[in-house]
Parts: sequence; C-alpha cells; structure tokens
Amino acid sequence: MFVELNNLLNTTPDRAEQGKLTLLCDAKTDGSFLVHHFLSFYLKANCKVCFVALIQSFSHYSIVGQKLGVSLTMARERGQLVFLEGLKSAVDVVFQAQKEPHPLQFLREANAGNLKPLFEFVREALKPIDSGEARWTYPVLLVDDLSVLLSLGMGAVAVLDFIHYCRATVCWELKGNVVVLVHDSGDAEDEENDILLNGLSHQSHLILRAEGLATGFCRDVHGQLRILWRRPSQPTVHRDQSFTYQYKIQDKSVSFFAKGMSPAVL
Amino acid sequence: MAAAATCGSVAASTGSAVATASKNNVTSFQRRGPRASGTNDSGPRLVSIAGTRPSVRNGQLLVSTGLPALDQLLGGGLAVGTVLLIEEDKYNIYSPLLFKYFLAEGIVNGHTLLVASAKEDPANILQELPAPLLDDKCKKEFDEDVYNHKTPESNIKMKIAWRYQLLPKMEQIGPVSSSRFGHYYDASKRMPQELIEASNWHGFFLPEKISSTLKVEPCSLTPGYTKLLQFIQNIIYEEGFDGSNPQKKQRNILRIGIQNLGSPLWGDDICCAENGGNSHSLTKFLYVLRGLLRTSLSACIITMPTHLIQNKAIIARVTTLSDIVVGLESFIGSERETNPLYKDYHGLIHIRQIPRLNNLICDESDVKDLAFKLKRKLFTIECITKLRSYDLRSQIYFLSRHLQRKFSIKKNPYFKEPHTLKKIY
Repeated sequence: MFVELNNLLNTTPDRAEQGKLTLLCDAKTDGSFLVHHFLSFYLKANCKVCFVALIQSFSHYSIVGQKLGVSLTMARERGQLVFLEGLKSAVDVVFQAQKEPHPLQFLREANAGNLKPLFEFVREALKPIDSGEARWTYPVLLVDDLSVLLSLGMGAVAVLDFIHYCRATVCWELKGNVVVLVHDSGDAEDEENDILLNGLSHQSHLILRAEGLATGFCRDVHGQLRILWRRPSQPTVHRDQSFTYQYKIQDKSVSFFAKGMSPAVL
Repeated sequence: MAAAATCGSVAASTGSAVATASKNNVTSFQRRGPRASGTNDSGPRLVSIAGTRPSVRNGQLLVSTGLPALDQLLGGGLAVGTVLLIEEDKYNIYSPLLFKYFLAEGIVNGHTLLVASAKEDPANILQELPAPLLDDKCKKEFDEDVYNHKTPESNIKMKIAWRYQLLPKMEQIGPVSSSRFGHYYDASKRMPQELIEASNWHGFFLPEKISSTLKVEPCSLTPGYTKLLQFIQNIIYEEGFDGSNPQKKQRNILRIGIQNLGSPLWGDDICCAENGGNSHSLTKFLYVLRGLLRTSLSACIITMPTHLIQNKAIIARVTTLSDIVVGLESFIGSERETNPLYKDYHGLIHIRQIPRLNNLICDESDVKDLAFKLKRKLFTIECITKLRSYDLRSQIYFLSRHLQRKFSIKKNPYFKEPHTLKKIY
C-alpha cells in the first residue's frame, strides 16, 4: 500500500468505501504497481480478498507484497486470501482432463464460451461463512488482468457479463469492492479491448489511469496517473472530479507529485 | 519465482548477492549453508547451476542470451522462467543469429536444449551454431577487431566533447574463459562437433511430428501448437525440470528455442488474413507456455515474424504475454541504408519491453537508440546517439564574430568565413 496514493485517494484501510468498482487502466506503461497497492491495501483493511491473478505467478505478488508489508502466504493460510493462479491452473486444465468444472474451463473449448465457471469460483470464494463470528470486514474481488481473457478467446461481451455478475454479487449483495485491471491498447486498434474498456469505464466509480509520458522515456518520472471519480448512478448531475499526478516508482514505494514538479527538475 | 520454489531451494551462486531476500524464508532463494545465520539448518550443500547467476536487483536467477551486450541491456540476462520474444527483421537474416547464439550458449554451459522449428530440421540448426571464442586461442584476433569506441581515452576527461562522457559505455569485448557468464561467438566458424554430441538436446520438427500419434488432449489451438505444447510439457516432466518427478532430480536449465512462431508453416493464419479463424491460437499458446515456464527451470527464446501479422491488436497481445520483447530492424532494402548516420551498422535493435519480475521496477537501460552490426565475426550492439546533427550543413559554424572579439581582427563584416568544427579541434 502506498501511503501517498492513499492520501491522493483520500482513503485509509479503516474507512474505505464499500460497494465500489474501481477500474485500473494502463496505456503505454505498466500499471501493475496499482494492483500491488490495492492488494496490500485490502489485506491490511482486514477484508476477505479473492485474487484472480491471470498474468503472473503467486511468488511474484508475494515477494512484492512483502516489500509493501503484507504476507500473502500467511493471508492464504488463514483464509483471508483466495488466490487463483491462472498460469498454473491453465497448465492443469490444458494437459489433464478435469472431472469437475474448473474456473478456466474455457481454455479447452474451441468456440468462445462464457465465464460462468469463473464466476462460480469467485462466488464460492467470497460467500460469507455462517460460522457466527465475522472475521473479515467485507469481500473484495481483484482481477489482474482482464485483457488476458480477451487473448484467451473470450469475447468482450462475455467478459463484461462476468464483471456484471461479479458486481451484482460482490458490490451490491455482499457490499464489497471490485478492482480490475484492463490494458488500454491505444493505437493498436484492438476493438474488443476498447469495447471492454469503455464498458467498464461507464460502470466504475473510480478510474485510475496510468499513462506513459507523451514525450517518451524519462528516468525520473515514470508516468502520469489520472484519477477520476464517477457516480454512475447519477449521470452528470455533478461534474466528475479528475486529478492528474506524475509518479516515480521506487523500490518499495511510489512517490507522486504534481505535473512538472518532479524533484529531479526542481 | 515459482520455478525454483517447486524445485526446492536453489542457492544463489554468490551468497552475498541475495541481499533483498527476506528474513521470513518465503522467497525461493536461500543462502548457501555455511553463510546462513548461526542456526544449523539446510542440510545438504546446494550446488549452483552452471551458466546462471543471480540478478543484482532481486536475486532472480538469470541465464545469458548468448550476447553479452544484450545481457547488459536487459538488466543482466534472461530470467529463468521467462520468454524472450525476438521480432524478426524483414528478411529474417539477423534473427536466426540471435536464436543460434542463445542455443550455442546453452551448449557451452551444458544446458539441455529443446529446438522447435517448422522450417528446418533441428539437427541442421544445431550444426550451424557458431563456435565459441575461448581464452588463449583468439586473443590475437581480438586485438585486431578490438572495439574502438574511445577505449584508450575513456579515462581522460574530455574537454570539448564532454557530453560524450555522459553516454554509457557499452560492453568491452575481451577474451573469455569458459566459466564466465556470457560468451562470445565467432559467426564464421561452426561449433565443434564433439560439443554438440556431448550436449543433451531434443528436437521438434513439425512436419515429422504432425503425423505422429502422440496422445493429445483436445484443445482449441491449431494442431501444430498443441503438439508442441505437449512435447514441451513432456520433456519438462520427464526430465524433471519442474521438480514434480520424484525420480529425477534436475539441476540444469532447459533452453527452449522456437523459430518463426506464428508463421503459416505452423498452420497459423494470422500472417495471411486479418480476421482468421484461429486468431486466438497464438495468444493461447503463449499463455500456456508462460504457465509451463513459470513452474520449471527453463528459459525460452521465440522468434516471430511480427511484421507479417496483419492484425495489430494481436501484436499488442503477444507483447503483453511475453516477458522480454526485442525488435530487430535491418537496413537492407530500406531508405536508411544510404543514410550516413547508419553507414557503419546493419540495423536497429529496439528493446520494446522488459518485465518487472518480483519487483515494482525493472532495470530499464537509459539508452534507447541502439544499432547492431555483424562485423566479420562478432555481433555488436552500439548506441548511436550522436550529439550533433549528422546533417553536413549544420556542421558549418560561423566563427568570424567570435574571432573578431577574441583577436581583435578587423574584418569586413560582410565577409563570413565558415569553419567546420574539425578546425576548432
């Protein structure tokens, strides 16, 4: 969790909003630091987290998590974190026939199916245990990243349906949060990705967009972060608030500053 | 990385390099026995794998790509468990070289090789590998070919062209010993036959395998890709690279090389049609391959003719699914061939993507303008940023005003004599 980003978003682990969909988006740069931020943020907020990690292995998140102060192995052991490792599961699904439906069942199908098994997995992971005591505050679904599902043969509509179901269950029914990462392909003319990104942008309450600098590579400023607060249920009553900051990623934290105010320049 | 975690702990070859390993023993790297803290843990002494070294940044296990200059640009080497994607140049002249350097490095280090191609028999590819340049034999030849980029003057502070001092120095070529991390290869000679025969390699030649009755699970990939995945998974499991086979204790790296992936020879039509029927085959293949690599001690090089892929969106997806992406752009047949800036070089090399593994940041090189040349025997990569314009006319510098003030020369103010910068020096 990056303290400076918490300040910019005006939240702390104790009093975060519930029932929100946060969209993380990156264009021409790598936005995975935002995923690490939210993962450690919600683990520190004592939430039950279901992490669908499609693009990297568990140890990658675990090692970065340690730099940010959370231990993913411990969280997994005590049941706070349900981790779906996409890469490992894909190898299992493709090379061995599965008896029961697997979350990544669609890898075996020739034509574009739907993500129902994946949704069942998420629902199963986040459903509240009726054991009496409430150990965790609220459930959170984290997906890294959705664009990979398009590469694996899913249509944009199927992915939007999946997010819709997840939102209905996690945000509305269980009063939790959903955080997803989508890549913005920019000028690569990826129509499916654009449909997905636009569809999610209209549904989300908070959009964090990490962009590379328009002028190219810079050693001291790694990119620009645009924060946009939205209220999808009240269309254009109030103006959406938007802020832009530039950032530099360091070994264990990210520092944010106003545009042009990088410490290297001043 | 998950790779090493499943194989037990892989020790860093130098104990001190694992500086960022946590105290909680969650990382997959542990220090070697005697240097650990006073407790009596970790019984058997772990042997480090030949041809690998830990990354300076996070202790990640790295292998050499076969080109020490490229290793330096990639932050030390190729991480075990990752994919190096080479975007082929237009006429496929230089990318096979990088492919062969990678395989040759594997043979010199004693790694197991897996060569897959739809065009050439892997046995023929191995016959054409370049010979390694070892210590004493070639020292004299080195002195002739010595890389002359301000080496003797690099210690003298530059007075006039002082901005050149700020440019990073590229790797100096020198004679190597066989135990070093990266080796240099002589592209004009062939790898000695005994080295090839002593190595352990597996070949996958698509025309032979496509008709075989290897048991394959149904999958929506093109048959060529499915068979290749099955083959790779078989080798990884049989030879114990993923640590799941209890009989095999493997302490070696598997180097996988796949040539011309995505070309029509593999049965894929993304190079032929914009919206073909198999548009997800290649990306699915890369995804499953990534899953296989992350859980085993292997590294993969793939050459892909991305300039032929019709649908640009697929190139973007392929880039996301690969770890390191290096693009080659040769000058043959392009207008740049006659450009005086590029006259010493054969092409440009673009490092398009470097992964952030186990880390928030990556070792991106500051140098972005890189060119390569194949100079008689060696493949070198150099930075081509010139700090003055290469246009001839802008080298002309009008000095008369300056000279007038300096030496009080009374000159006709309308007579301007141009001086080139060379005269100043």
